[in-house]
Amino acid sequence: MKKKNDLKGWLYLLPALLFIGVFMIYPLIDVLIYSVEEGYNFASQQYYGIGTYNYSYVLHDPYFLQALKNTFILVIITVPLSTGIALVISLALNSVSKLKDLFQTIYFLPYVTNTLAVGLVFMILFKKTAYSEGLINLLLNGFGIASIDFIEGPYWAKMFVLCFYTIWVVLPFKILILTSALASVNKDYYNVARVDGTSKWRTFYKITLPMISPSLFYLIITGFIGAFKAYSDVVALFGTDLNAAGMNTIVGYVYDMLYGNSGGYPSFASAAALILFLIVLTITMINLMVSKKNVHYR
Amino acid sequence: MKIVLDHLTKKFISRHNKNEIVTAVNDFDFEIPDGKLVGLLGPSGCGKSTTLNLICGLETPTSGRIFFGDLDVTELPPESRGVGMVFQNYALYPHLSVRQNILFPLENLKGDQKLSKEVMEQKALEAARLVQIDSLMERKPNELSGGQQQRVAIARALVKTPGVLLLDEPLSNLDARLRLQTREQIRRIQKETNITTIFVTHDQEEAMSISDLIVVMSAGVLQQMGKPQDVYNEPVNLFVAKFLGTPAINVFEGCIKDRGLYIGEDLIGHRDIEDQEVYVGIRPEAFDPDQNGPFRCRFDRVETTGRDTSIVCHNDHCISDEDVRAIVSADEPIAHKDGIIRFSLKQNKVHVFSKKDEKVIR
Amino acid sequence: MMKQIKDLERKNKAKNTIWTVVIFALLIFWAIIVLFPFYWMLLTSVKSYAAYNAEYIPQFFTLSPTLDNYIQAFTAVPLAKYFVNTIIFTAVTTLLMMIVVVLSAFAFSRLEFKGKDFVFTLFLSLMMIPNELVIITNFVTVTNAGLRNSFPGLILPSVTSIFYIYLLKENFEQIPEELYKAAKVDGTSDFKYLWKVMIPICRPTIVTVLILKVIECWNAYVWPRLITDDENYFLVSNGIQTIRESGFGRENIPAMMAAVVVISIPLIVIFLIFHKKIMEGVSRGGTKG
Repeated sequence: MKKKNDLKGWLYLLPALLFIGVFMIYPLIDVLIYSVEEGYNFASQQYYGIGTYNYSYVLHDPYFLQALKNTFILVIITVPLSTGIALVISLALNSVSKLKDLFQTIYFLPYVTNTLAVGLVFMILFKKTAYSEGLINLLLNGFGIASIDFIEGPYWAKMFVLCFYTIWVVLPFKILILTSALASVNKDYYNVARVDGTSKWRTFYKITLPMISPSLFYLIITGFIGAFKAYSDVVALFGTDLNAAGMNTIVGYVYDMLYGNSGGYPSFASAAALILFLIVLTITMINLMVSKKNVHYR
Repeated sequence: MKIVLDHLTKKFISRHNKNEIVTAVNDFDFEIPDGKLVGLLGPSGCGKSTTLNLICGLETPTSGRIFFGDLDVTELPPESRGVGMVFQNYALYPHLSVRQNILFPLENLKGDQKLSKEVMEQKALEAARLVQIDSLMERKPNELSGGQQQRVAIARALVKTPGVLLLDEPLSNLDARLRLQTREQIRRIQKETNITTIFVTHDQEEAMSISDLIVVMSAGVLQQMGKPQDVYNEPVNLFVAKFLGTPAINVFEGCIKDRGLYIGEDLIGHRDIEDQEVYVGIRPEAFDPDQNGPFRCRFDRVETTGRDTSIVCHNDHCISDEDVRAIVSADEPIAHKDGIIRFSLKQNKVHVFSKKDEKVIR
Repeated sequence: MMKQIKDLERKNKAKNTIWTVVIFALLIFWAIIVLFPFYWMLLTSVKSYAAYNAEYIPQFFTLSPTLDNYIQAFTAVPLAKYFVNTIIFTAVTTLLMMIVVVLSAFAFSRLEFKGKDFVFTLFLSLMMIPNELVIITNFVTVTNAGLRNSFPGLILPSVTSIFYIYLLKENFEQIPEELYKAAKVDGTSDFKYLWKVMIPICRPTIVTVLILKVIECWNAYVWPRLITDDENYFLVSNGIQTIRESGFGRENIPAMMAAVVVISIPLIVIFLIFHKKIMEGVSRGGTKG
């Protein structure tokens, strides 16, 4: 009887185990193996040695270093900025009663839209063509600033568009999480603070912020992870040939190594992916350590 | 500090129906003397909490004025009124220790009122001693029992030495035993500090036991105000009579005929008033089993709960409950004949109310 | 009287008028930033090619809307094909995922068997593994199996969603144990109990998971890009990228926008219908990226 039950449990789990085994656990082991197989040839599926050459190659590849730099700049700019903007907007949202639902719904809209498709719209808005300066440039001209080609122009301009679009894409999630965190703070805390004559700033700093700190840190952690994995929004703005545009990211580098014009090197791709994983892991650990000290958990 | 409510009214537009006006507080006009502990009492939804919020300034009245002493505070924001408030769920900041919670209001002070660190610590410690939580200063609120949290909330409200202390349902989140202890604590703290204190409760026993004065309200209207025992003994209307006392007062339909007070056929007393239909309220402790007594009921059973012995019986004219409940001394023999029990009644526990407006007739 | 109260309430609020104005200005400003790209894509998609290119300063509205761009979007590139592919991909992937997820959530929440805790812990720890790590081998596996440019190749690696197993398991566990016991006493089989009792009770969560997965599938880009290079198997995301790079000739932006509108509409419609559910589901633990 007991034995039969055991079997039944595993039977229900079988589909999940099959999918996860083939497409997650096996690849996980395999990626480690790939990353140390030197000179792996995709066509003949042969290699001539085991070692750290793949890592060293990737770490010396100028394209990878460029991707690393781009990714870090993107992370350092967008994570704090998007979290800060989301906090301001959520605070504003929470202080109104009328139209709150409407605004909240509008703000969430980018979450469900296709990153590639809307990225194309952003590209058009920022792009300078032979026919037109593009809407954003005309706006800048209005302020007396000369036109800039944001899509194929200088590095900082491209980085600006990328950051802007990334923030636009990640804000819906952050606003949603922070708005519900703010709404769940008991109104009595604010009332008692008011009776005690607490200033608005102090109420925010000493009461609101600690109360929502778990959500805030959750967002920072997931924000870091997400930003390090940036890829499709970059493709949306600058096309698939990111190395040529000088706008590649680590994930983009992994895929380029795997497939495409410069593809066919799963070993290099694996090494790069593992480097990315280590970076993300380290940052997450640091985040968790910081949050342990500063986050108040109920 | 004495508190004067001068024709205070608060109306707002109903949340459910935009065209309906709800009067939460209707023309309150009374004075709370300095240094008293006042219980604001009424069934839930009667406007008690609104009254409290008006006094502390979280809400503004539709009309009328509020005075603290001689100062008109109606327009003042809560922080300028010098009130301390304890919320029903205590609203202790969960991320701050007991000490930090108590210090919090002091750290808000600005300008000339600003205190030095030492003075603040000193004051916080004094407040904590007063409520006897000075040994728990470094704990977080979730490490405290309900009663302790309650006292921390009181300490936080008292630390600025407010002129008025307001407590919203201070005991409702505590279990029965803690409730008894804590209400004595509140009584003691109030006596030691002599701060005018108003607390809101729906529990009449709680209000009766510790208040200097109780204010009974219903549906936004002040019913009666006075010393607890006075209000109990001389209710001004049927609502107050019914609301105070456990077990509740027994209410009968009766009438006055030729100065005689009748329930059904039974002449139970005399009143010097005109002939009319009336409600008769008889407190449970007014009944004395008496074989020659005038008031007849059909005997049902005797219930003994702890020290009380109550006789449960029936009377066709009773409208408060299907049972008539009489509390009697346990030593007395309870005699009944053919299922009928007779009582004589203590006349000061029998109240007569007009059938028209339910006001007492004396 | 009513007016008086309203006046009074207004007076109380008036003290904060400036603050309110600032807040609403901020909210409206951000709403515009969010909505403007959508407006712009709709607007551009109905401008004629000639009119669009004649505008040195882009116009914020058009008096002569045209549907030509839409016709071109469907004729010049196989947009309809992308669309159908995406629908097939989304439907099959979501369905398979649902079966896998429901069965395993049921096993984890209701059945007792040896090794359950171990497997569950394993699953939980796998949730932290980024997709980038496993996609490399999956690419090789699928390529070696000859499944490039095929629906099985697209679908199979996209099925697993451990997070949804976890979400549904939590939800299943909230169903009182007594219900299961009562069903057992009545002689209900486990499978019938799952089908007739648990799924109906947990329908709100299941619907939420379903919608989130549909959104995920509809926007899938990375995997389809790696595994397909035959236009006949492109999904909308790849389609849009192809259109961008070679589709109508680089400069036919109105037609491009028409394609963008077409592929955005299904999700926007789903969002408008289910926005409460989606937002609630996402705030319960969804992430993007």
